[in-house]
Amino acid sequence: MSDFEKWKALLLGGALNRRDFLAGAAALAGTAGLSAGLAPRAAHAEPKRGGHMRLGLGSGSTNDTLNPWNYPDAFTTMLGYGCLGNCLVEVDAEGNAVGDLAESFAASDDQKTWTFRLREGLSFHDGRPVRAEDVVASIRFHMTPESTSAAKSLLANITDITATEAGEVVFVLGDGATDFPYFLATVLLVIMPSEGGVVDWQSGIRTGPFVLEEFEPGVRAKLRRFEGYHKPGLPYADSCELLSIPDTTARTNALLSGDVHYVDRLDMRTLGLLGRKPDIRILNIPGYAHYYFSMLNDVPPFDDPNVRMALKYAIDREDILAKVLQGYGSVGNDNPIAASVKYAVDPQPVHSYDPDTAREWLKKSGLESLTVDLHVAEVGFPGCIDAAVLFKEHAAKAGIDINVIREPSDGYWDNVWLKKGFCATYSDGRPSCDWNFSVFYAADAAWNDSRWKNAEFDAMLAEGRALPDGEERAALYAKMQDLVQKDGGNIIVAFNDFVCAHSDAIDHGAVVGFPLSDGYRITSRWWFS
Amino acid sequence: MSRLILGLMTLVLVSALIFMVVALLPGDFARAILGPNATPETVAAFRHEVGLDRPALARYLEWISGAVRGDFGLSFSSRSGNTRTVAEMILPRFRNTLFLAGFAALMAVPLAITLGVLSALYRNSWLDRTVNAMTLTSISLPEFFVAYLLMFFFVVKIPLFYSLASVDAGTPLGERLLRTALPALTLVLVTVAHMMRMVRASIIAVLASPYIEMARLKGLSPARIILRHALPNAWAPIVSVIAVNLAYLIVGVVVVEVVFVYPGVGQLMVDAVSKRDVPVVQACALIFAATYILMNLAADILTVVSNPRLLHPKEGGVR
Amino acid sequence: MSRALVSHMVKAWGGARNAPVMAQVGLVVMIFYAALALLAPLIAPYPETALVGGMFEPWSATFPLGTDQLGRDFLSRLIYGARNTIGLALATTLLAFTTGGFLGLVAAERGGWVDQVLSRIVDVLMAMPQLIFALVLLTAFGSSILNLVLIIAALDATRVFRLARAVALNVVSLDFVEAARLQGHGALRIILFEVLPNVIPPLVAELGLRFCFVFLTISALSFLGIGIQPPTADWGSMVRETAALISYGDVTPLLPAGAIVLLAIAVNFVVDWFLLKASGLKE
Repeated sequence: MSDFEKWKALLLGGALNRRDFLAGAAALAGTAGLSAGLAPRAAHAEPKRGGHMRLGLGSGSTNDTLNPWNYPDAFTTMLGYGCLGNCLVEVDAEGNAVGDLAESFAASDDQKTWTFRLREGLSFHDGRPVRAEDVVASIRFHMTPESTSAAKSLLANITDITATEAGEVVFVLGDGATDFPYFLATVLLVIMPSEGGVVDWQSGIRTGPFVLEEFEPGVRAKLRRFEGYHKPGLPYADSCELLSIPDTTARTNALLSGDVHYVDRLDMRTLGLLGRKPDIRILNIPGYAHYYFSMLNDVPPFDDPNVRMALKYAIDREDILAKVLQGYGSVGNDNPIAASVKYAVDPQPVHSYDPDTAREWLKKSGLESLTVDLHVAEVGFPGCIDAAVLFKEHAAKAGIDINVIREPSDGYWDNVWLKKGFCATYSDGRPSCDWNFSVFYAADAAWNDSRWKNAEFDAMLAEGRALPDGEERAALYAKMQDLVQKDGGNIIVAFNDFVCAHSDAIDHGAVVGFPLSDGYRITSRWWFS
Repeated sequence: MSRLILGLMTLVLVSALIFMVVALLPGDFARAILGPNATPETVAAFRHEVGLDRPALARYLEWISGAVRGDFGLSFSSRSGNTRTVAEMILPRFRNTLFLAGFAALMAVPLAITLGVLSALYRNSWLDRTVNAMTLTSISLPEFFVAYLLMFFFVVKIPLFYSLASVDAGTPLGERLLRTALPALTLVLVTVAHMMRMVRASIIAVLASPYIEMARLKGLSPARIILRHALPNAWAPIVSVIAVNLAYLIVGVVVVEVVFVYPGVGQLMVDAVSKRDVPVVQACALIFAATYILMNLAADILTVVSNPRLLHPKEGGVR
Repeated sequence: MSRALVSHMVKAWGGARNAPVMAQVGLVVMIFYAALALLAPLIAPYPETALVGGMFEPWSATFPLGTDQLGRDFLSRLIYGARNTIGLALATTLLAFTTGGFLGLVAAERGGWVDQVLSRIVDVLMAMPQLIFALVLLTAFGSSILNLVLIIAALDATRVFRLARAVALNVVSLDFVEAARLQGHGALRIILFEVLPNVIPPLVAELGLRFCFVFLTISALSFLGIGIQPPTADWGSMVRETAALISYGDVTPLLPAGAIVLLAIAVNFVVDWFLLKASGLKE
């Protein structure tokens, strides 16, 4: 039994130390905190070519396709974007939009006309050159009337796309947008070969680091190196394989036995034990992603801002961060803009656990006590059932009775999210204020989880979109963040790090936090040590 | 013949029932496959594309008339330029399912009969009690837990086998057997108890009958009595419980497939249910139901063949 | 209650003192579990759901089996788990056996179209893959405890029906049933007083196994993401929640799993002994 006691003690101690370490590291790193894998370890070895990299992913379904209209999960994103494709633009370690297939881009003064110049000598997997026409067709593919692309509404502002004879692509926008390049970094907007304006997405022939050899939906994808990849020296591995392993324990065992080199979606509860294995490395990447409980603003009692405030003070975010996220993240303050995003502020007073303050807000709404149903499912966010049970115990001290109702994972996004008054959900976040607010907080945004409608906020959002970068823009976004924190319907529990594990057979350099998992580029950016 | 017709009738009813139940499920395929980030327009366009906006009865009739002709239609995940027929999705997986079931059955059935006979022969001995307690333990543990235990011992502690049973058509037989060893072993552990207990109970039940008493009085050895006289007469319930377990090996192995990432039909069906891919759900259910019905039919026939007196129940002394 | 049944039970309970050791052990374990279930609030050191310590605290005098991932006392949850798990399994099994058994006897006694209709319905239900069927139904109707009990009971009842019908078919053709019919007794009376007492032994044998299968079904459903509502403690879900620890050689998941195994073995030892008595086979 002694082993048993030992690890528990170690885990307990380890969790505390790790949090302290993280807090210190984040303070030092400042806005560049995103760029570092924070695991304390020796310097990385020099990159090396060769090897067959196997990744075990917790997602993937027999219904998956290569259609870039939608990547439902990490498996399809890693395959369709990370291994096979490139966009015009990507987000770098500091959160800036930089060219990927585009060599450079520039906007007109009113931010309405954007011109992108392609790199020289780009080619698709089958050797065909990448032309400006292919870019136009690939973007237009998402904008057709019959398109069901998840990026469709994001591109609604585009009024025209043309390919110039000089090999440039020109986007004309309805309204000016300073952050437009970020939109083109959306992983769905990969560039595909086209014939007469019709793209070929079925073959998987794209511009990415790997060439598709075999794809069995819900099981695996096998790929080999693309020798003509435009990023010098990449990819390092000769070939790679993505395996769909939905069961967490099976995935972990596959890593432990060396059957795969990398796994995602770890079981947070046993993370301490996994980290103690000598040949396993746990990597946590801070990013913009966050977990939250969403209250529908048009459903009683959540239509009362005082009730929303009471609940925001009735949750012990530190406790949930420690127990559910094992310290891998940072507590939320009901502001969806992560601290490392440009123009981020930390609205005051900070919403921290205080049952008395919660009671006071409850009194302001004329209530002595409150009973609410909180709907959760395993898919809400990892550990959200545990988090809800903890929330229930926290809120009880403030006279608020929370009924935790576990819904089936199956159908959760259809029947609970946006339908039930109070539920668990998550967001991957976005690297810019405009992008984040437009997608999640504008009154008419499709993913406005809390159905929060605030005319003042919407006016500011439209105003800020075309403002050039500067103090005026900063002040505006600070005001908007304050408004969301105080009046919004989302209780942001924590910004969660992206946590994954790999064996010491493979190694990596600095990693990026957006999009998740080193930009989904693990197969090409990592190498065998 | 009449049983065959009954079986076919059951099959049709099953397909209708599954269709109704799937229709009862909250949410739809369009929403389910597009995920939380799908906009309402996206969903609407999608529903139209796969025909979900037509009445359920029309969809069902169309499907069943196709199925009769051996055409199971297209999966909802088909798109223009990338068609995926239900048949091509199911066939390779069904082959895998049959392989695993066969592998497990080859180990489980002889083991169950041997253990059952031995524990009936030496009933109430330490052997009987140990076998009894061990088999009860193995069926009282959840399947996934048995699987995890095996993984811990035979993959993590002693690296004998693989934790991933992901095989494909090109996997050579040797590696295939090695990769599927643990899932097969899990299935053996969870099915052997049920069969072994029935073997033991049936033999003991027969032991109480007068002709066994007679054999005993004649001075035959206990082993001979059981093998020559008791076992043949206890065959009927044993065969039927074996049939049920064989059907289970094909139909009920979802959990084992998930844990070992084995590409079988169960996993496909769970996926299809959660994505509301009705044509695939239908076809899987139909295959499963057919398997179950066939197994029971085979058990009936085997029972009659193994004990000809059952053909003329009035003449024999079988109660 | 029929005389035959009562005499079975009297024989059974009266003979407990003379029962084989294994059966005695089984009885003691069952009584122990029943006491745990009934007296859980008195025995358990902490409430079922309260956060009383840090997460994963080691075994100590304060927390005899440590705490779980949220800081709830593991021993208390195991004890409350007895109440929830056994209660659930008992309710489900009894429901399955009363409905399945009764309908099976009716089908056997009535025969004709009653038998045909019931048997066909059961055939159809049995031909459905059970776990997936339960999963679909629970998703459709919501996974409340009541729905869980009803759905698992309904699926189990089909198996009981088959068994009851098969055994009863032999009984209804016997002389004493025929005699009762000639005396003009109603069908219900014949089923309850003449047929039922004679099909009890095989049904009890089945009951022993079915009772254990309920835990497994709940556990398997929680594996597929549906199960008992949190923060209620039940052994099946507790195994699922802690199962990942087994990869590191940790014993925690063995505690709830062991609780299930022990109960299963105890129940079946007692059932075996009952069968032995009922069969009249001398050892």
